[in-house]
Amino acid sequence: MSQHPNISLPSPTITPVSQPFWEGIQAGHLSLQQCDRCEQWVFYPREHCPHCFHDSLTWKKASGRGRLKTWSVIHRAGHPAWQEHTPYVVGVVVLEEGPSLLTHVLVDETDLTYNMKVEMEISEIGPHPLPFFKKQEETI
Amino acid sequence: MASQIQGAITGIGELKPVRYSEGKTTLSLIAESVRLAIQDAGISKEDIDGLLVGPQVGETPQHVPATVSEYLGIDPTMSNTVDLGGATGPGMIWRAAAAIQAGMCETVVCVLANKNEKGETLRSPNRNPIREFDVPFGASGANTSYALLKRQHMEEHGSTQEDFARIAYWARKNAQLNPDAIFYNKPVEVEGILASPMIADPLHLLEIVMPVAGGAAVVVTSAEKAAEGKHKPVYLKGAGEKITHRAVSQAPSIDALPFNYSIPRALEQARTNVEDIDLFSLYDCYTSVVATTLESAGLCKPGEFGEFVKNHSFGHDGDYPLNTHGGQLGFGQADLAGGMSHVVEAVHQLRGEAGNRQIPNAKKALVTGNGATLSETTALVLGGEQ
Ligand SMILES: [Zn+2]
Repeated sequence: MSQHPNISLPSPTITPVSQPFWEGIQAGHLSLQQCDRCEQWVFYPREHCPHCFHDSLTWKKASGRGRLKTWSVIHRAGHPAWQEHTPYVVGVVVLEEGPSLLTHVLVDETDLTYNMKVEMEISEIGPHPLPFFKKQEETI
Repeated sequence: MASQIQGAITGIGELKPVRYSEGKTTLSLIAESVRLAIQDAGISKEDIDGLLVGPQVGETPQHVPATVSEYLGIDPTMSNTVDLGGATGPGMIWRAAAAIQAGMCETVVCVLANKNEKGETLRSPNRNPIREFDVPFGASGANTSYALLKRQHMEEHGSTQEDFARIAYWARKNAQLNPDAIFYNKPVEVEGILASPMIADPLHLLEIVMPVAGGAAVVVTSAEKAAEGKHKPVYLKGAGEKITHRAVSQAPSIDALPFNYSIPRALEQARTNVEDIDLFSLYDCYTSVVATTLESAGLCKPGEFGEFVKNHSFGHDGDYPLNTHGGQLGFGQADLAGGMSHVVEAVHQLRGEAGNRQIPNAKKALVTGNGATLSETTALVLGGEQ
C-alpha cells in the first residue's frame, strides 16, 4: 500500500509460538489456530486453548474476512514513528471465525461504518508485512 | 454468603499534584506520602507492619516492597506489589484488610507515587502480545484503546459527543472547589471541551487526564484498632473485583464490562444499593470510563448514560455527587496514585472534613478503580459508620 518504508516503525516481536502466523502473512494469507478438542478458533497465538484449556491447537488458513467492531482516527500517535502517517485509522475486526484482532484499517475516514464488512490486505508500510484490513470488495 | 470483609482507614496523605517534579525521585515521593499518612493517623513508622506498593517505581522495577521498606526504614511482616493499573489503589485497600484479617499484620500502609520530569516520558514497556499484535499496526498507548471503546458505545447506543463532554465538564467544575487540583481556577464549558483538539477520534484532548507528579498513601488497620485512632475511622464495608482481559481487542462487549460484576458485588457485600450511596468516587482516566461505570453501577440502563448525565447534577450539592475533588480529569493523574485520589476524597467526605465541597450528611461512598482498558476493575464501598 505505502511507498514510504520507514525503518523506525515498530516491527512485530515474533515468538516461536506466533511464528506460523507471520509465515502465513509472508505467504499472503491469514492463519489462525483452531482447538483440536472444542474446535473454537483462537487469537492471540498460544499453546493452550483459552476456551477448554486443551493443549493441542492446529494452524489453519482463515477466511481473512470480518466486520469492523470499532475504530479510531489517530491524530496524535502513541509511537513517534507513526506520527508522520497521521491521520490514520486503527480498528478492531471481529473475524468470521470468531476471534477479534486489532488492525490498521485502510478505509477513508468518511466511509467508515459500524459493522462494515472488511477483508485482509497485506501491507508493507514498515519493514515487515502486516495484515491490514480494507473494505470487502463486492462479490457477484 | 461469603464472610464479611472488615477493616478501616485511619490515615491519608496526598501530595498536591504538580505538572513536573524537578529533582525528585519516586522513592522520595513515596516516603513523603507515607509521612503525611502516618502523621494523619497519629502513628509512627515503627507501627507499620504491612506495606503494599505499586509496580512501576522508576528507580526499582523489581523487589519494590523490599526497596521501599529499606528506604522508609521499616521491616513489615507482610508486603507485596499490587499490579492492577488504575485499580491498584482500591485493590490495595481490601488486600490490606484481608491480610489483617488473616493475622499477618495490624497496620498496613498502601502507597503509590510518581515523579514526572520535563522532557522525560515515562512509558511502561509494551510486552507481547500487545507489543507484537497492536503496536506494529499504529496502536500504542491508552488513548487509542479508550477511543475504540468510546466509538463502540457511540455506534451501539447512539451516545453523542455532548454526552461525554458533560462528564469532563463536571470534573472541571468540581475541581474549582479544590485548590490542590491541577485545573483549579481553570473551568471549562462543554463547548470548550468539544473544541479541544482531537487526539484519537472520537476522544478530545480535554476528555483525557493530565499526567502529573504526585503521590498518595492510606493507612489501613482493623476496625477494633481504628477506634483508638486520631480521626473518625472510615470503614471498608464491601469490595468487588473482576479482571477480564488485557488488550482492547480482547475486551468483552461494551455492555458486559467487568464493572458489571465488581460494583454490584461490592454493594451486595456492604448490604446496600446504589441509590443509598452519598458519594460516587469513580475512576475517570477518560470520559468514556465514567460513562460505562455509571451504567455498570446500575444508575441507568446500559447505553443510557447520556440521558442520565443530562438530567442530574454532580457537584457536592447535586443529587449524585460525583468526583467532588475534581476527579482525575480535574485533579490530575499522578500515574497509579491517581486511582488512590478517589479513595482519599471518599475519606475526606466521610470524615466530614471536605470543607467548602463537603456533601451534607455523607455516610456511604462507592469508590472504583480501573486498569488497562476497563480490564482490571475494583469497587469498594466505604462507610462512616461500622
Ligand atoms: Zn478448546
